[in-house]
Amino acid sequence: MFVRLKWSLSRLAPLSILMGLGGCTALSHGFFNPQGPVAGHERDLFVTVSIVLLFVAGPVLLLTPLFAWHYRLSNRGDAYRPKWNFSWWVEGLIWIPPAGIVVGLAVLLWHWTQIDDPYRRLPGAAPVEVQAIALDWKWVFVYPDLGVASVDRLTIPAGRPVHIKLTSGTVMQSMLIPQLAGQIYAMGGMTTELNIQAHRPGRFRGENTQYNGVGFQQQKFDVVAVSPADYDRWAAAARRGSRTLDAQTWRRLSARSIITRPVEFAHVTPNLFEHVVAATGGMTHSPQKAVR
Amino acid sequence: MTVSVPLWPAVLGRFGWQDLPFVRAWENPTISEIIGAFAGALVVVGAVVVAALLTRYGKWRYLWTEWLTSLDHKKIGIMYIVVAFVMLSRALVEAVLMRMQQAVAIENPGFLTPDHFGQLFSTHGSIMIFFMAMPFLTGMINYVLPLQIGARDMAFPWANSIALWLTIGAAGLMMASLVVGEFSTGGWSGYPPYTERTFSPGVGVDYWIWAVTLGSIGSTMAGINIACTVYKLRAPGMRFMRMQMFAWTSLCTSILMIFAMPPLTVATLLLALDRYLGFHFFTNDLGGNMMNYANMFWLFGHPEVYILILPAFGVYSEVVSTFSTKDLYGYTSLVIATMAIAVLSFTVWVHHFFTMGQSANVNAAFGIATMTIGVPTGVKIYDWIWTMFRGEVRFTVPMLYALAFMMTFVLGGFTGIILAMPPLDYLVHNTLFLVAHFHNMLIPGLLYGMLAGYHYWFPKAFGFRLDERWGRIAFTCWVVGFYLAFFPLYVLGASGMARRTQAIFEPSFRPWLYVAGVGAFVLLAALTSLGIQLWVSIRDRARTQVEAGDPWDGRGLEWSVSAPPPEYNFAVLPLIDGRNPFYDHKHDEGQPDPYASPLAYEDIVVPRGSATSVVIGLTAAVAAFGLIWEIWGLTIVALQVIVAAVVLRSFGRDQHRTIPAAEVAREHEAWLARVRTTPAIPRQLETAVVNRGLAEIVA
Repeated sequence: MFVRLKWSLSRLAPLSILMGLGGCTALSHGFFNPQGPVAGHERDLFVTVSIVLLFVAGPVLLLTPLFAWHYRLSNRGDAYRPKWNFSWWVEGLIWIPPAGIVVGLAVLLWHWTQIDDPYRRLPGAAPVEVQAIALDWKWVFVYPDLGVASVDRLTIPAGRPVHIKLTSGTVMQSMLIPQLAGQIYAMGGMTTELNIQAHRPGRFRGENTQYNGVGFQQQKFDVVAVSPADYDRWAAAARRGSRTLDAQTWRRLSARSIITRPVEFAHVTPNLFEHVVAATGGMTHSPQKAVR
Repeated sequence: MTVSVPLWPAVLGRFGWQDLPFVRAWENPTISEIIGAFAGALVVVGAVVVAALLTRYGKWRYLWTEWLTSLDHKKIGIMYIVVAFVMLSRALVEAVLMRMQQAVAIENPGFLTPDHFGQLFSTHGSIMIFFMAMPFLTGMINYVLPLQIGARDMAFPWANSIALWLTIGAAGLMMASLVVGEFSTGGWSGYPPYTERTFSPGVGVDYWIWAVTLGSIGSTMAGINIACTVYKLRAPGMRFMRMQMFAWTSLCTSILMIFAMPPLTVATLLLALDRYLGFHFFTNDLGGNMMNYANMFWLFGHPEVYILILPAFGVYSEVVSTFSTKDLYGYTSLVIATMAIAVLSFTVWVHHFFTMGQSANVNAAFGIATMTIGVPTGVKIYDWIWTMFRGEVRFTVPMLYALAFMMTFVLGGFTGIILAMPPLDYLVHNTLFLVAHFHNMLIPGLLYGMLAGYHYWFPKAFGFRLDERWGRIAFTCWVVGFYLAFFPLYVLGASGMARRTQAIFEPSFRPWLYVAGVGAFVLLAALTSLGIQLWVSIRDRARTQVEAGDPWDGRGLEWSVSAPPPEYNFAVLPLIDGRNPFYDHKHDEGQPDPYASPLAYEDIVVPRGSATSVVIGLTAAVAAFGLIWEIWGLTIVALQVIVAAVVLRSFGRDQHRTIPAAEVAREHEAWLARVRTTPAIPRQLETAVVNRGLAEIVA
């Protein structure tokens, strides 16, 4: 019996080590392993706020068990004051420091909310313009300056800001690339904006986080950051392709379906993004000129 | 997702054979369909078994006259809580199914189809909020509040019953969706345009709309009722600042209900107009804008979470004070903090959609407002900690819940402040981090609070105590299970795992999902332990009788009457001269004896039972059912029945019953005589057999 137990434990040991490692690798997909300035910023803010909050949560976590145990019924050695129910000192202690901490955090919050506003252009070179259109269970990325488009893969040059305009050709969705930046909703008839940047070449996972039906769990896309030279090569190659994103292809793409592998289009109907915004009610939301 | 061919549109509306889960499972026997069919069968079998047992023991008449049609706030409160436990069982099983799916569906389709999974998280959320938490706290308030403020009943007993039956009817719709048709996959918040006919053509969203609408109307009525009860029915001398803390939190909750429920009703009705009559409030075309829905929904949704937590805060105030054998520390600051939370809860709704693209200034303003709520909430927790200071803490089950709550809730507050920071919210919004956060608030906050209240007031309601040992087992499972099930989700959320995901394509998430899956089973064990505890307690009730009515040396008026209390609550309405009238009269020198015979009795008028409220609530559910299935005739008839029931009730003359003074005197004197022969028990023995509900007074 014991022998068998020992054997199984020795078999389990490497497994448990693997489990532990797996635990850490999970976090490497998120903002704790930031690959761009925005996520890096936000990770720093997370750590800062957490340290401040330790001073709020700490006393509760210490005092609750301490008082409960020390003043237990069976501990007769202590003063028992059943009518004691108020003290200005304690009152000051429980109102003023938390309020002070919140005031401090509020200043921090105001400042960082301005800095990390998803609409705020990132400093540096002129940004790459991308228009992202959410469809059911896929993302379409249009590069208006290049005249190309890709589905479920966003290729960007590392070290250069990327300015994404988003809308949805269907229900509301939300774009999140955890290692690069926070998320923003994509809504029909409306345009939202997101500014991202990758520090260095790499592959990052992007996803829709707003439930939108049975293909939702598969609506992920790769963000491929490449060196500027590689990006130029990619753009040239993309333009040489044969596929055209015209009205007919758009109708096919718009159907509720999952695309198994990314697709690239060498030609795109001009003003496709504006067309989608208009078609999903854009004209009624903003004084944009109607697109003819 | 199955498209069914209508069978007989003229009579059965949209219904086709495909709408029965049994037929679907027969035609396509996958595990997912079989689970659905099993759930539907469970509802049918459960109903049949209950009906058979009632017939077998001849209890129909008793149930109908004594319970279902009763307008007594105590019975209504108990029925609310029964509904809450039934719905808790269903929604917890759904949660376990989802956790199992996510544990096995790592680079694997798992055993639930995406559509089934979508229905599961939608029903789980809708039930836990609208049909578990709301009935639980409404029932708790219903039972305790009139007793605490020295009232004989709620302000509007008949409306109280209607609110209950609307809730039951709506919960019945949730159950019906298991047996016939499907449920929405739009989550508990039902965001359009996904929930519009264009994208969700089936009956699912209609089930959700009408269940939530009936539930919200019921909650609005309950809120008005509670507020009026506090304003108008306090016993003589019961000033606002003499009320028990639970009465205060009930009042704040009711104010929130009155102001927060209508936006939800409006939002769901506008969505219904979109779906039924082709309006365009929230559609993608012809001027619809779903942002209006998001604003309206969260204008309800955020106050809603404070509706959920404030009664629990009230329970903790009672429990911590009672089981620390000490006055509540900082009563005034608790009242101020409660009111501050109630007011502030209406100023933060935008934090549910920081990512909707409004300007940084708007986000920052709402983020700061959100963090501000942390101050009064923190003050409350410190108030409870200082209540224990220099007390004599007894580790009974309710107190254990309170301690676990304080330690765990503060961690949820920690992550709440993180989420209040817009830049951080951008990263974790819509991920499991958010899911972990709100479960971290709702389970240790609301659920532990309600369970603590259930333990604390159960002896008052039924005259015998709950089994302490099984209570501790259940408590341990609730706490351990919570940590196992939800702390991994913080990690997964920070790793970018979206919520509501049916399958996972990231193998490194595996260990965390396994731990969370184990936690779900521990939580299921916790619920099972509660069931066993109830059974054991009923079995051994002869040994835990507390007829004298004060098993915990309680402080509020509710402990000054017998257990269970008489229908009229108080033989003579008490005169209030302090904050803890009953406790001080018991313990202080020179105070009147709380168990002395009153000088005189008078006739007491109590409301008679009413069948009309049952008819109204259930017929409203039938009307909704007709709307869901487009059986218009059924809806029209049902609405006429509702109008007829109201008319009928308004012509009723004999709606009250007078209990003569002599009868009151007889009952009360008999109870007092029994109290005099009851042994008084010191606090060390309060969980022992000898505790018959009379507290020993140590001079």
